[in-house]
Amino acid sequence: MKTPSVELRLPILPNMELIATQTAEVISRHMNLTEDQGAEISMALIEACINAFEHSKAENNVFINFLIEDDSLIIKVIDQGIGFDKTKVEIPKIENKIGKDERKRGWGLQLIQELMDSVEFESNNEGTTVTMKKNIKH
Amino acid sequence: MSEFITSIKENNSIVIIETNGYLNNVGGEEISAIVYERMAQGQTKFLINMAGTKIVNSIGVSILIEIIEKLQEVNGKIGYYNLAPIVAKTFNIMGLTKYSTVYETEDAGVNEL
Repeated sequence: MKTPSVELRLPILPNMELIATQTAEVISRHMNLTEDQGAEISMALIEACINAFEHSKAENNVFINFLIEDDSLIIKVIDQGIGFDKTKVEIPKIENKIGKDERKRGWGLQLIQELMDSVEFESNNEGTTVTMKKNIKH
Repeated sequence: MSEFITSIKENNSIVIIETNGYLNNVGGEEISAIVYERMAQGQTKFLINMAGTKIVNSIGVSILIEIIEKLQEVNGKIGYYNLAPIVAKTFNIMGLTKYSTVYETEDAGVNEL
Protein backbone atom coordinates (compact mmCIF):
# COMPACT_ATOMS: atom_id res chain seq x y z
CA MET A 1 0.00 0.00 0.00
CA LYS A 2 1.20 3.49 -0.82
CA THR A 3 2.42 5.49 2.19
CA PRO A 4 -0.56 7.49 3.54
CA SER A 5 0.01 11.22 3.30
CA VAL A 6 -1.69 14.50 4.12
CA GLU A 7 -0.97 17.67 2.22
CA LEU A 8 -1.66 21.23 3.36
CA ARG A 9 -1.31 24.51 1.52
CA LEU A 10 -1.13 27.43 3.93
CA PRO A 11 -1.45 31.06 2.97
CA ILE A 12 1.11 33.34 4.60
CA LEU A 13 -1.16 34.91 7.18
CA PRO A 14 -0.85 35.34 10.98
CA ASN A 15 -1.22 32.16 13.02
CA MET A 16 -1.72 29.86 10.00
CA GLU A 17 0.86 27.59 11.63
CA LEU A 18 -1.89 26.53 14.02
CA ILE A 19 -3.73 24.83 11.16
CA ALA A 20 -0.62 22.72 10.67
CA THR A 21 -0.47 21.83 14.37
CA GLN A 22 -4.14 20.83 14.42
CA THR A 23 -3.47 18.48 11.51
CA ALA A 24 -0.38 17.13 13.26
CA GLU A 25 -2.44 16.43 16.39
CA VAL A 26 -4.95 14.36 14.42
CA ILE A 27 -2.17 12.41 12.73
CA SER A 28 -0.33 11.91 16.03
CA ARG A 29 -3.46 10.41 17.58
CA HIS A 30 -3.96 8.19 14.51
CA MET A 31 -0.37 6.95 14.92
CA ASN A 32 -0.80 6.42 18.68
CA LEU A 33 2.08 8.75 19.47
CA THR A 34 2.51 9.82 23.07
CA GLU A 35 1.28 13.26 24.15
CA ASP A 36 4.87 14.40 24.52
CA GLN A 37 5.77 13.23 21.04
CA GLY A 38 2.73 14.96 19.59
CA ALA A 39 3.55 18.20 21.40
CA GLU A 40 7.16 18.09 20.20
CA ILE A 41 6.02 17.61 16.62
CA SER A 42 3.60 20.54 16.91
CA MET A 43 6.26 22.81 18.38
CA ALA A 44 8.79 21.91 15.67
CA LEU A 45 6.13 22.43 13.03
CA ILE A 46 5.28 25.88 14.38
CA GLU A 47 8.91 26.91 14.16
CA ALA A 48 9.36 25.51 10.65
CA CYS A 49 6.21 27.33 9.49
CA ILE A 50 7.30 30.61 11.08
CA ASN A 51 10.67 30.35 9.35
CA ALA A 52 8.92 29.75 6.05
CA PHE A 53 6.46 32.60 6.63
CA GLU A 54 8.91 35.18 7.91
CA HIS A 55 12.40 34.49 6.69
CA SER A 56 11.91 32.94 3.28
CA LYS A 57 10.25 36.09 1.92
CA ALA A 58 7.97 33.72 0.04
CA GLU A 59 4.98 35.55 -1.38
CA ASN A 60 2.57 32.75 -2.00
CA ASN A 61 1.83 29.65 0.01
CA VAL A 62 3.74 27.29 2.23
CA PHE A 63 3.19 23.60 1.60
CA ILE A 64 3.28 20.93 4.28
CA ASN A 65 3.37 17.23 3.55
CA PHE A 66 2.88 14.63 6.28
CA LEU A 67 4.04 11.13 5.37
CA ILE A 68 2.71 8.46 7.71
CA GLU A 69 5.15 5.55 7.77
CA ASP A 70 5.03 2.40 9.87
CA ASP A 71 7.86 3.49 12.15
CA SER A 72 7.96 7.24 11.74
CA LEU A 73 6.19 10.44 10.80
CA ILE A 74 7.96 12.54 8.17
CA ILE A 75 6.94 16.18 7.72
CA LYS A 76 8.14 18.34 4.85
CA VAL A 77 7.68 22.12 5.07
CA ILE A 78 8.21 23.64 1.65
CA ASP A 79 8.42 27.30 0.70
CA GLN A 80 9.23 29.01 -2.57
CA GLY A 81 11.23 31.79 -0.99
CA ILE A 82 14.79 33.06 -1.30
CA GLY A 83 16.45 30.14 0.48
CA PHE A 84 19.11 30.31 3.19
CA ASP A 85 22.59 29.04 3.94
CA LYS A 86 22.40 26.86 7.03
CA THR A 87 26.16 27.09 7.57
CA LYS A 88 25.71 30.81 8.25
CA VAL A 89 23.07 30.25 10.94
CA GLU A 90 24.72 30.50 14.35
CA ILE A 91 23.63 28.24 17.20
CA PRO A 92 21.86 30.64 19.58
CA LYS A 93 22.91 30.88 23.21
CA ILE A 94 20.99 32.89 25.75
CA GLU A 95 24.26 34.02 27.33
CA ASN A 96 25.04 35.85 24.09
CA LYS A 97 21.65 37.52 24.02
CA ILE A 98 20.96 38.67 27.60
CA GLY A 99 22.41 42.07 28.36
CA LYS A 100 23.78 42.49 24.86
CA ASP A 101 22.58 44.22 21.74
CA GLU A 102 22.09 40.92 19.92
CA ARG A 103 18.51 40.27 18.83
CA LYS A 104 16.67 37.90 21.11
CA ARG A 105 15.11 35.90 18.30
CA GLY A 106 16.64 33.23 16.05
CA TRP A 107 15.76 30.03 17.92
CA GLY A 108 13.70 28.22 15.30
CA LEU A 109 16.27 25.84 13.80
CA GLN A 110 17.69 25.00 17.21
CA LEU A 111 14.25 24.06 18.54
CA ILE A 112 13.41 21.97 15.48
CA GLN A 113 16.65 20.04 15.78
CA GLU A 114 16.19 19.44 19.51
CA LEU A 115 12.57 18.32 19.23
CA MET A 116 12.72 16.03 16.19
CA ASP A 117 14.75 12.85 15.65
CA SER A 118 16.25 14.06 12.39
CA VAL A 119 16.08 17.22 10.31
CA GLU A 120 17.36 17.90 6.80
CA PHE A 121 17.43 21.18 4.91
CA GLU A 122 17.49 21.58 1.15
CA SER A 123 17.67 25.19 0.09
CA ASN A 124 18.48 27.27 -2.97
CA ASN A 125 17.34 30.57 -4.39
CA GLU A 126 14.04 29.04 -5.47
CA GLY A 127 12.98 27.83 -2.06
CA THR A 128 13.58 25.67 0.97
CA THR A 129 12.39 22.24 2.02
CA VAL A 130 12.73 21.27 5.67
CA THR A 131 12.30 17.53 6.21
CA MET A 132 11.67 16.55 9.82
CA LYS A 133 11.31 13.02 11.12
CA LYS A 134 9.89 11.69 14.37
CA ASN A 135 10.50 8.04 15.07
CA ILE A 136 7.68 6.14 16.71
CA LYS A 137 8.47 4.72 20.15
CA HIS A 138 5.54 2.66 21.34
CA MET B 1 -7.54 42.36 30.14
CA SER B 2 -7.68 40.48 26.86
CA GLU B 3 -8.33 37.03 25.45
CA PHE B 4 -4.70 36.16 26.19
CA ILE B 5 -4.24 37.87 29.57
CA THR B 6 -7.11 36.61 31.66
CA SER B 7 -6.16 38.03 35.06
CA ILE B 8 -3.63 40.18 36.86
CA LYS B 9 -3.37 40.07 40.64
CA GLU B 10 -0.87 40.65 43.40
CA ASN B 11 0.27 38.30 46.10
CA ASN B 12 2.94 39.43 48.58
CA SER B 13 4.05 42.26 46.27
CA ILE B 14 4.46 39.87 43.37
CA VAL B 15 2.48 40.61 40.22
CA ILE B 16 0.83 37.44 38.96
CA ILE B 17 -0.24 37.39 35.32
CA GLU B 18 -2.46 34.59 34.07
CA THR B 19 -2.36 33.70 30.38
CA ASN B 20 -4.64 31.73 28.13
CA GLY B 21 -3.90 30.46 24.62
CA TYR B 22 -1.03 30.77 22.17
CA LEU B 23 2.06 32.64 23.37
CA ASN B 24 3.15 34.22 20.09
CA ASN B 25 4.47 37.71 19.35
CA VAL B 26 1.12 39.27 20.23
CA GLY B 27 0.83 37.39 23.52
CA GLY B 28 4.44 38.14 24.39
CA GLU B 29 3.91 41.83 23.79
CA GLU B 30 0.81 41.79 25.98
CA ILE B 31 2.84 40.31 28.82
CA SER B 32 5.69 42.77 28.32
CA ALA B 33 3.32 45.75 28.26
CA ILE B 34 1.95 44.78 31.67
CA VAL B 35 5.39 44.04 33.12
CA TYR B 36 6.89 47.31 31.90
CA GLU B 37 3.88 49.29 33.15
CA ARG B 38 4.21 47.71 36.60
CA MET B 39 7.99 48.19 36.57
CA ALA B 40 7.41 51.89 35.96
CA GLN B 41 5.34 51.82 39.16
CA GLY B 42 8.25 50.27 41.05
CA GLN B 43 7.34 46.58 41.01
CA THR B 44 10.14 44.13 40.29
CA LYS B 45 8.80 40.62 40.84
CA PHE B 46 6.52 38.84 38.42
CA LEU B 47 4.99 35.39 38.12
CA ILE B 48 3.21 34.06 35.05
CA ASN B 49 0.55 31.41 35.45
CA MET B 50 0.65 29.54 32.15
CA ALA B 51 -1.97 26.90 32.91
CA GLY B 52 -4.02 28.03 29.93
CA THR B 53 -1.08 28.24 27.53
CA LYS B 54 -0.38 24.85 26.00
CA ILE B 55 1.41 26.15 22.95
CA VAL B 56 4.11 28.76 22.40
CA ASN B 57 6.43 29.91 19.66
CA SER B 58 10.00 31.10 19.87
CA ILE B 59 9.06 34.69 19.03
CA GLY B 60 6.73 34.91 22.02
CA VAL B 61 9.33 33.28 24.27
CA SER B 62 12.00 35.66 22.95
CA ILE B 63 9.92 38.51 24.34
CA LEU B 64 10.20 36.86 27.76
CA ILE B 65 14.00 37.01 27.29
CA GLU B 66 13.66 40.75 26.69
CA ILE B 67 11.65 41.02 29.92
CA ILE B 68 14.33 39.10 31.86
CA GLU B 69 16.93 41.51 30.51
CA LYS B 70 14.93 44.57 31.57
CA LEU B 71 14.31 43.08 35.02
CA GLN B 72 18.02 42.46 35.51
CA GLU B 73 18.55 46.21 35.28
CA VAL B 74 16.45 46.71 38.44
CA ASN B 75 17.39 43.48 40.23
CA GLY B 76 13.96 42.15 39.40
CA LYS B 77 12.86 38.57 38.82
CA ILE B 78 10.33 36.64 36.81
CA GLY B 79 9.07 33.10 37.28
CA TYR B 80 6.47 30.82 35.76
CA TYR B 81 4.19 28.05 36.99
CA ASN B 82 1.66 25.57 35.65
CA LEU B 83 3.74 24.94 32.53
CA ALA B 84 2.76 22.27 30.01
CA PRO B 85 5.67 19.83 29.51
CA ILE B 86 6.41 21.10 25.98
CA VAL B 87 6.45 24.70 27.22
CA ALA B 88 8.87 23.76 30.00
CA LYS B 89 11.04 21.89 27.48
CA THR B 90 11.05 24.91 25.15
CA PHE B 91 12.07 27.22 28.01
CA ASN B 92 14.84 24.79 28.84
CA ILE B 93 16.15 24.54 25.26
CA MET B 94 16.13 28.32 24.91
CA GLY B 95 17.91 28.74 28.23
CA LEU B 96 15.28 30.74 30.08
CA THR B 97 15.71 28.45 33.05
CA LYS B 98 19.25 29.80 33.51
CA TYR B 99 17.91 33.28 34.19
CA SER B 100 14.43 32.66 35.58
CA THR B 101 12.66 29.89 37.45
CA VAL B 102 9.87 27.47 36.74
CA TYR B 103 7.80 26.71 39.85
CA GLU B 104 5.35 23.91 40.48
CA THR B 105 2.71 26.11 42.07
CA GLU B 106 1.80 29.71 42.76
CA ASP B 107 2.63 29.26 46.44
CA ALA B 108 6.10 27.96 45.61
CA GLY B 109 6.70 30.92 43.33
CA VAL B 110 5.44 33.47 45.83
CA ASN B 111 7.54 31.96 48.61
CA GLU B 112 10.76 31.62 46.64
CA LEU B 113 10.80 34.47 44.12
